[in-house]
Amino acid sequence: MTSYLIRNAKILGGAPQDLHLADGVIKEIGTGLAVEADIEIDATGMIVLPGLVDLHTHLREPGREDAETVLTGTQAAAMGGFTAVHAMANTTPVADTAGVVEQVWRLGQEAGYCDVQPVGAVTVGLGGKKLAELGAMHESAAGVRVFSDDGKCVDDAVLMRRALEYVKAFDGVVAQHAQEPRLTEGAQMNEGQVSGELGLGGWPAVAEESIIARDVLLSAHVGSRLHVCHVSTAGSVEIIRWAKGKGWDVTAEVTPHHLLLTDELVRSYDPVYKVNPPLRTAEDVQALRKALADGTIDAVATDHAPHPAEDKDCEWAVAAMGMVGLETALSVVQQTMVDTGLLNWEGVADRMSHRPARIGRLTGHGRPVSVGEPANLVLFDPAYRGAVNPDSFATRSRNTPYRGMDLPGRVHATFLRGRATVLAGELAERDGLV
Amino acid sequence: MKRHLVSAADLSRDDALLVLDTAEELAQLSGRAVKKLPTLRGRTVVNLFFEDSTRTKTSFEVAEKRLSADVINFSAKGSSVSKGESLKDTALTLQAMGADAVVIRHHASGAPARLAQSDWLHGSVINAGDGTHEHPTQALLDAFTMRRHLNPGSGKDLAGRRVTIVGDILHSRVARSNVHLLTTLGAQVTFVAPPTLLPIGIEQWPCEISYDLDSVLPKTDALMMLRVQRERMNAAFFPTEREYSRRYGLDGVRMAQLPEHAIVMHPGPMVRGMEITAEVADSPRCTVVEQVANGVSVRMAVLYLLLGGAVFADGPTEPARTDSVETAQ
Repeated sequence: MTSYLIRNAKILGGAPQDLHLADGVIKEIGTGLAVEADIEIDATGMIVLPGLVDLHTHLREPGREDAETVLTGTQAAAMGGFTAVHAMANTTPVADTAGVVEQVWRLGQEAGYCDVQPVGAVTVGLGGKKLAELGAMHESAAGVRVFSDDGKCVDDAVLMRRALEYVKAFDGVVAQHAQEPRLTEGAQMNEGQVSGELGLGGWPAVAEESIIARDVLLSAHVGSRLHVCHVSTAGSVEIIRWAKGKGWDVTAEVTPHHLLLTDELVRSYDPVYKVNPPLRTAEDVQALRKALADGTIDAVATDHAPHPAEDKDCEWAVAAMGMVGLETALSVVQQTMVDTGLLNWEGVADRMSHRPARIGRLTGHGRPVSVGEPANLVLFDPAYRGAVNPDSFATRSRNTPYRGMDLPGRVHATFLRGRATVLAGELAERDGLV
Repeated sequence: MKRHLVSAADLSRDDALLVLDTAEELAQLSGRAVKKLPTLRGRTVVNLFFEDSTRTKTSFEVAEKRLSADVINFSAKGSSVSKGESLKDTALTLQAMGADAVVIRHHASGAPARLAQSDWLHGSVINAGDGTHEHPTQALLDAFTMRRHLNPGSGKDLAGRRVTIVGDILHSRVARSNVHLLTTLGAQVTFVAPPTLLPIGIEQWPCEISYDLDSVLPKTDALMMLRVQRERMNAAFFPTEREYSRRYGLDGVRMAQLPEHAIVMHPGPMVRGMEITAEVADSPRCTVVEQVANGVSVRMAVLYLLLGGAVFADGPTEPARTDSVETAQ
């Protein structure tokens, strides 16, 4: 196995040190290390973070391999500095059985670029009527602990209660896509000033907040873990802050795009900005940044949602919802959280690695950067400045809202258990991985 | 003027007055036996209709034919569009056929904006109504009609005139285009509707809001009644048709509260007995039929100005064909 010596890297933004990686672990950390390594990397000015963990991606396989496969999705993840991603259940067939989650898990293992942790559906076929075999998915090789009907809300209060209770038996968590369905019939964008002017159906904040309010109360009532997916409004933040203040076991995530973009962009009617939950207002963006900074929101999750060109190259109403995000996530977090002084690199490691790993109960990820730990690391150059060029993406899809936008920082290298999946900003050859 | 007409907000005050003044000159044609101008001879205008609309489509078609354009009607029904062809491929097809202008009606808000911003099509895009977004030529014909009654004359605007628009503002593209254009022309706009039929955020629009029609009537110079579609009934926007009609419908008693000079307008099609009684619809104060005639003049002006046609003041040079559409509503 190739060994690496990383020179002068700032671990979590600290003083420059050398790291020696060998046999899949961090062998040594210190200044002026005098060790032999196969490859030496000059990391002057670069930051070392624990490998990033994404609680929320759509890898599209099985079913929509024209948009993404587990291979291309995990390559994109590696390029973004991720060493573990959770793959949502809305595939075809739906990941609602042990068979499908095992298939996705194995595809991730075979790809080798990033650990893939399948998320199991809460209800059969995401239908919202009947619990899927949650226990069987947990006991499978995939060892599922996170369950979600993402894309759809488990809106039936009794079913949600039962799911929350049931997964306690194996320390599971229900990740809710909070969207009251009746309030969002025909919804096309955030309901507010802009939707009124554009004549597009509104997706009101209350449709998210009312479900979150109900769910935190349910979780407290039955003493279960609740995770709230892609929080998008200032009101949601207030409810989660209140629930956490009560000591309830509630966690939440925010996407990079909700930390940066607002519904003003919809004025172009360009469906690249169509996403669910929708882009909200500048006030919401500020509230989300503040909540991520103070820990009310635990994690950044990309909601990476690849779509083929034809599903975006059309009129707004018929366009698919979602954006790719794996390869730009860390840059957006640098711009919105680090460069603004809201979060230091230690904080970034916490929100993008430690806490999401803990929520997903991933034992091998989100570990401290210290000797003896598995070498799941990302080497990030925060001084880089450049325009986003989707043509260079590893993901199979190009639906990024950041095309041509100047974003700071670039992943220089990613290590998965000591193997470089990305080196010098380039994806490693697949044969070199296995 | 810009190359496209997607939103009434695209029009500056000067643009808007230019359209109205041009329409006024073109309107003189309709009184002549020969109504046709050679202005757009050899230019191709496509009417791309993804939504049924006999009235607007006919109006555009008459306008195009009076300017001697080659007119192609591309209806979504019975074409490849109904077989799943994308807007992009349809646009590329029209581009390949050499369309100089595309008049588009679409059920999706923003579809004309997409066409105008894309590189799928090089001709002018004219919005003939998109979803619940805008209908700028309707606003132009409404402003044209108001100006004739309330402040006639070339170069005149609607400064200080009070326009009240009543009905389903939430779903109305006519209301959205009118609030842009009328405020550009200096008018004061008041929307009257039950709160359920007003969009969130309307407080920020450049208009007044009222839930009470009777209190607004004496302060109104032009009253525009909007149609309330029957399907809104099932979505609890208001309890019953009769209650809506009692609170927001216009009957003879209410009409009597208007100042004597005030006009009653309706973009059509009217639902008699719902938002307007037959007594009002048939009264001399009601400009509905006049609006239809003005629609042709205004659309001629828009096509003429966007396509940069030759000087039109020379008068007709070729006989008009006796198209039956000219008598359509």
